[in-house]
Amino acid sequence: MSILVDRGSRVVIQGMTGREGSFHTEQMRAFGTNVVAGVSPGKGGNDQNGVPVFDTVADAVEATDANVAGVFVPPAFAADAIMESAAAGVALTVCITEGIPVHDMVRARAFVDRTSGKLLGANCPGIVTPRQCKIGIIPNHINEPGPVGIVGRSGTLTYEVIQGLSQAGMGQTTSVGIGGDPVLGLGFTEVLQMFAADGDTRAVVMIGEIGGSDEERAAQWIESSGFDKPVIAFISGRTAPPGKRMGHAGAIISGGTGTAQSKIDALTAAGAAIADTIEDVVRLTAARLGAPAA
Amino acid sequence: MKLLEYQAKERFTSAGLAVPAGRLARTPDEAAAAAAELGRIAVKAQVPIGGRGKAGGIAVVDTPDDARREAQRILSMQIRGYPVRRVWCETALAIDSELYLGVTLDRDQRRMVIIFSAAGGMEIEQVAAETPDRIAKLWPDPFAGPQPFEIRRLAFDALSHAPEHRERAGKLASSLVNVTTRLYSLASSLDALTCEINPLALTPDGLLVAADGKLEIDENAEYRHRDVAEELAREDAGAEVTGEDPFEVEARKRGLTYVHLDGYVGCIGNGAGLTMNTLDLVKQHGGEPADFLDIGGGASAERVRNALEMVLLDPKVRGVFINVFGGITRGDEVARGVIAARDELNITKPLVVRMTGTREEEGRRLLHEAGIVPATSATEAADKIVQLTRDAA
Repeated sequence: MSILVDRGSRVVIQGMTGREGSFHTEQMRAFGTNVVAGVSPGKGGNDQNGVPVFDTVADAVEATDANVAGVFVPPAFAADAIMESAAAGVALTVCITEGIPVHDMVRARAFVDRTSGKLLGANCPGIVTPRQCKIGIIPNHINEPGPVGIVGRSGTLTYEVIQGLSQAGMGQTTSVGIGGDPVLGLGFTEVLQMFAADGDTRAVVMIGEIGGSDEERAAQWIESSGFDKPVIAFISGRTAPPGKRMGHAGAIISGGTGTAQSKIDALTAAGAAIADTIEDVVRLTAARLGAPAA
Repeated sequence: MKLLEYQAKERFTSAGLAVPAGRLARTPDEAAAAAAELGRIAVKAQVPIGGRGKAGGIAVVDTPDDARREAQRILSMQIRGYPVRRVWCETALAIDSELYLGVTLDRDQRRMVIIFSAAGGMEIEQVAAETPDRIAKLWPDPFAGPQPFEIRRLAFDALSHAPEHRERAGKLASSLVNVTTRLYSLASSLDALTCEINPLALTPDGLLVAADGKLEIDENAEYRHRDVAEELAREDAGAEVTGEDPFEVEARKRGLTYVHLDGYVGCIGNGAGLTMNTLDLVKQHGGEPADFLDIGGGASAERVRNALEMVLLDPKVRGVFINVFGGITRGDEVARGVIAARDELNITKPLVVRMTGTREEEGRRLLHEAGIVPATSATEAADKIVQLTRDAA
């Protein structure tokens, strides 16, 4: 099993004819993702490498029954693209775009919340269920199927964890990048809830960072819900000074909140194992799974 | 993008909010002229941080001569590292009481929040800690904006815990509908992350006046507010010292995501989380990171060269740790990029490179042959760079 995406996912890519969109669409198809449509306003009726292109997401959904969308459009148009796919009835919209204005994201998130659809991102690397479906930009070759659920705010650090676990023989049910922006779709808690309900996920690795209090809220949920799968948490930014944005728009300690220590304390209190390095993540995950350490 | 008080107040005025009459002065004489025109004035340092009052950056004066003298004093100040280059001279207000009104991002609610407080003039965090009852919050629908009934409820919530306002609460709530609607609309139209009036002064004749203003605009929305960006750039042009970290100014010119720190180990990584972890590892191994530099997803030779050159501008840097997750970038390409940059820039300080990716063994061999220290794990790399730089002061 897996969460959110699997081999039944029928994917529409918004911005498929753009530079990033076309490159990553081919990567996703090489992975085995069932990309059924692309959307590019004004280019409807064409096809790109055998994938039909539509003017609107609604047209794409009607013609192909697409149920997951990947957004690769520039920041100025991305919030609109998110709302378009949610309005078209797509169950999950994955937005890769970095640099979307916060006010746009606040509106897009409120809009998606009024539909039955979910949003992942923005400013996220996407989602992978190994051997089944990948939406986004996570490198293809690092993913292996197995019992670990991964959820992270960072891109490359999440790749490191995936690769480290895969190389140690611990594959993944699903790896989810929730994104580095201050206003996001799915957060840690929502993804943990899905991993809780997924029978094949036996341990979860959380990759958090400074800024906001999403990790703290997830820790509260772990405690209050009695979530019984092992959680291994990796938090970056202990050395980050207050008031500075550390690369991600959302990675900032402001008014004393959002420090790495506050997240580590909350997660420790919730029973999570805290990892300082990728090697620690691998070692602690192996120990918690009862698998031989690599 | 942070605006100064006077720049925020210009926007407040255009939005129909009341502000005291004021003039900008860059010299003591200009401040004296403002006092001659306006009478009793407050001379206020224009710096992009709070706490200037406590630092002596505000003076109330009655005469042009006093204005000249105080402006002279304030214009020679540095407030927490920011030199004062101009003062805002505005009519000194008769204030009956101080309130607070602000619009800011609430990350937890994934909404903008309007915060009203019956206690103003101090940091809102301090009010929240000391008299939380006096604060009320409203999370408006982002499409509809705040409705008058919601704003009245917000006002009554906070005012009900402020006995001194009980008799005029109805009148205040009605004035606040007007002020809040305008402030929220301004915040939305400017893509403000923070749009704050603190204090919001209640004058003896019952008017609400913005006695101070704070406005920070989302950099992701800069493309919609070129005029603001240009104004800020123009204001800073020609100034020898902007008060900003000069290394960070240089990095921005180079298009690099860089934060300057106090240590001696240069740190370069790709991706924000990975780069933050790189710094954490250096610290954990007993070193002190000199910077945070995220070269982004890929790791082209040109970006690596630009980043290395940037990091080494800081003379405190004794060596550099480059930590790259290759992904679809090939390890040998990353290695060649680092070697070319080292040769081109004549770098003699130690470099430790840790990378993963396809053909990473070949990459490590190339680095080793070129006299650069390769590492297979970030932990090993952190250990090596700290050893190489710790005693090389």
